[in-house]
Amino acid sequence: MAFENLVDVDSPVHDVRSKAIKTFEAQGFPSKRDEEWKYTSLNSVLKHDYSVFPKHENAIEYNDVKKYFIHDIDTYKIVFIDGKYSSHLSQTTHDGIDVCLMSSALTKPKYKILIDNYFNKIATKDSFSSLNTAFSQEGAYIHIPKNKLAPKPIQIVHFSTGSEEALMLQPRNLIVVDENSHVQIIERHQSLTDNPVLTNSVTEIYANKRAIVDYYKIQNDNKNASLIDSTFINQKQESVASVHTFSFGGKLTRNNLNFYQNGERIDSTLKGVTIIGDKQHVDHNTLVHHIEPNCESHQDYKGIFGDNATGVFNGKVLVNKEAQKTNAFQANNNILLSDKASINTKPQLEIFADDVKCSHGCTIGQLDENAMFYMRSRGIPEKEAKALLMYAFSNNVLSSVKIPEIKQRITKIIATKLGVKIGFDL
Amino acid sequence: MLKINNLHASVEDKAILRGINLEVNPGEVHAIMGPNGSGKSTLAAVIAGKEEYEVNEGEILLYDQNIDELSAEERAHKGIFMSFQYPVEIPGVSVTNFMKTAINETRKAKGLPDMPANEMLKMIREKSEMLEIDRKFLSRSLNEGFSGGEKKRNEIFQMAMLEPKLAILDETDSGLDIDALRIVANGVNKLKSKDNAVIVITHYQRLLDHIVPDFVHVLYDGRIVKSGGKELAHELEEKGYDWIKEEVNA
Repeated sequence: MAFENLVDVDSPVHDVRSKAIKTFEAQGFPSKRDEEWKYTSLNSVLKHDYSVFPKHENAIEYNDVKKYFIHDIDTYKIVFIDGKYSSHLSQTTHDGIDVCLMSSALTKPKYKILIDNYFNKIATKDSFSSLNTAFSQEGAYIHIPKNKLAPKPIQIVHFSTGSEEALMLQPRNLIVVDENSHVQIIERHQSLTDNPVLTNSVTEIYANKRAIVDYYKIQNDNKNASLIDSTFINQKQESVASVHTFSFGGKLTRNNLNFYQNGERIDSTLKGVTIIGDKQHVDHNTLVHHIEPNCESHQDYKGIFGDNATGVFNGKVLVNKEAQKTNAFQANNNILLSDKASINTKPQLEIFADDVKCSHGCTIGQLDENAMFYMRSRGIPEKEAKALLMYAFSNNVLSSVKIPEIKQRITKIIATKLGVKIGFDL
Repeated sequence: MLKINNLHASVEDKAILRGINLEVNPGEVHAIMGPNGSGKSTLAAVIAGKEEYEVNEGEILLYDQNIDELSAEERAHKGIFMSFQYPVEIPGVSVTNFMKTAINETRKAKGLPDMPANEMLKMIREKSEMLEIDRKFLSRSLNEGFSGGEKKRNEIFQMAMLEPKLAILDETDSGLDIDALRIVANGVNKLKSKDNAVIVITHYQRLLDHIVPDFVHVLYDGRIVKSGGKELAHELEEKGYDWIKEEVNA
């Protein structure tokens, strides 16, 4: 691969990168022959000739992109434009906590111990993650030391400007939340034109003892933008971590979400709402690995698929022999709005302990006709009634969002997506 | 107000209504009684605009306008309200939010702006007090986990909020104990005026002791086979429906 001469060979993670390149070269991109990719074809995404390192530096005015931020509350911001850090749009800090750049964390000596301990330690060695490890140059680095509460939420936003005909981005985030600390993070990938973009994002999150991590992914990108998101969360004892994924936009979205419970009395929450149409595709591939006793995991994914949209839910729960008294719940409920829409849902429970409570349930249905008539007979027009039902269907997931402004934003995106104007202040 | 002429309707090719004629004027209360399967609920659903029912013949006129082509929501906007025999549970939508949406969508259809929040709250307070509904109840998901009586009371609450011209109460008395029945009937009576009308569909006389009808119609086999004053309801309560069936079949 000719990219080798474009990456920084002096980087302390150079060895990690070289190995990753070899791993990727050995595997290549996954195909439908791979069990994990059986229902998601990458053909339409990989046909473009992507630039991996954009030639231009592009600037954006805040007012033009304000709507993509949760802007009604004060937040830290780490913003990238075509993969390059934008100091102009960002608001970082080193005041008690570190909210800054991956590139500086990888090069500055004061971060060396953390990088040595945490960088690329839980990311799997699959093809996309290896590709990211090999070529990623930038991303967010967040470290919340012991007994600290991040004073405001942190937004990680990646813009692509469309200055390249087709662009591939490889953002890499590392988030370390130490003992007894708390952080809330919002992540978004947004292209500003209809030029094809493929984002291959990898995020490693470490929730140490009694840490609380709330992570929100807002996926509402343009129609030619695709996202492969791999997020790995390592939890230590009594930590509480949640990831909410809201998937409304984009062409193809694959969410690989992996939780590893390395301690007792851990709580993990994985929730998602997917509302897509046209030929959009969203694939949720989750793993919760219960390694030690007395832990809980809660998965709740709702999907609404219209037109020719396709969805996948592949949820794996792995309970080790030692992980007694595990409570693991998984639900995946789907509504198909058209005959041509489809969802493949596959719960995978592998349980080796004998004293556990594990449940899973998937449903696929249509909108309730009786409920539609009931609402319409009270004067609510068909489109609005549909929207209200879909909103109600998603409400279980929205109700656990802790930042009200995110909830408002999501409901607004849902309303816009469904072409209705109703205030869903439930 | 409502004029039904020779209405024939079917569902999945099965004829259910076979020539209904009915005229309801403002200020009137009509009771429609009849044995099970006679077509009472179908008549209500056809007037309210349920799409599964097909009108094969005849017409329904509301203020002299044929409403056959109107959707359920357009009929609601014109002032038709049907209280459901089995109100549908809608998890995730609170009673209050549902009502707000229904009222504002109806106002939008009439070219009016949204009802101001304070006015809405005042109205909710008044109407819920009238029907002795606990305020906490209003923030619960619509009909979810409600008892039979709560569901029916909630239907009449919605009627009170929407102030329809023509209210059709489909078996509103079923599932109500005597106290709930009185509360519901009182509510309906308070909402009655010289400008609106009520059609009460019921099996039994007992609701009609509280909501006194001006006219009683007996529906049998898809037709109105007998009409009379409120005394007809008493007669039916005493003698059952067999004599009507015999009269019709003779």
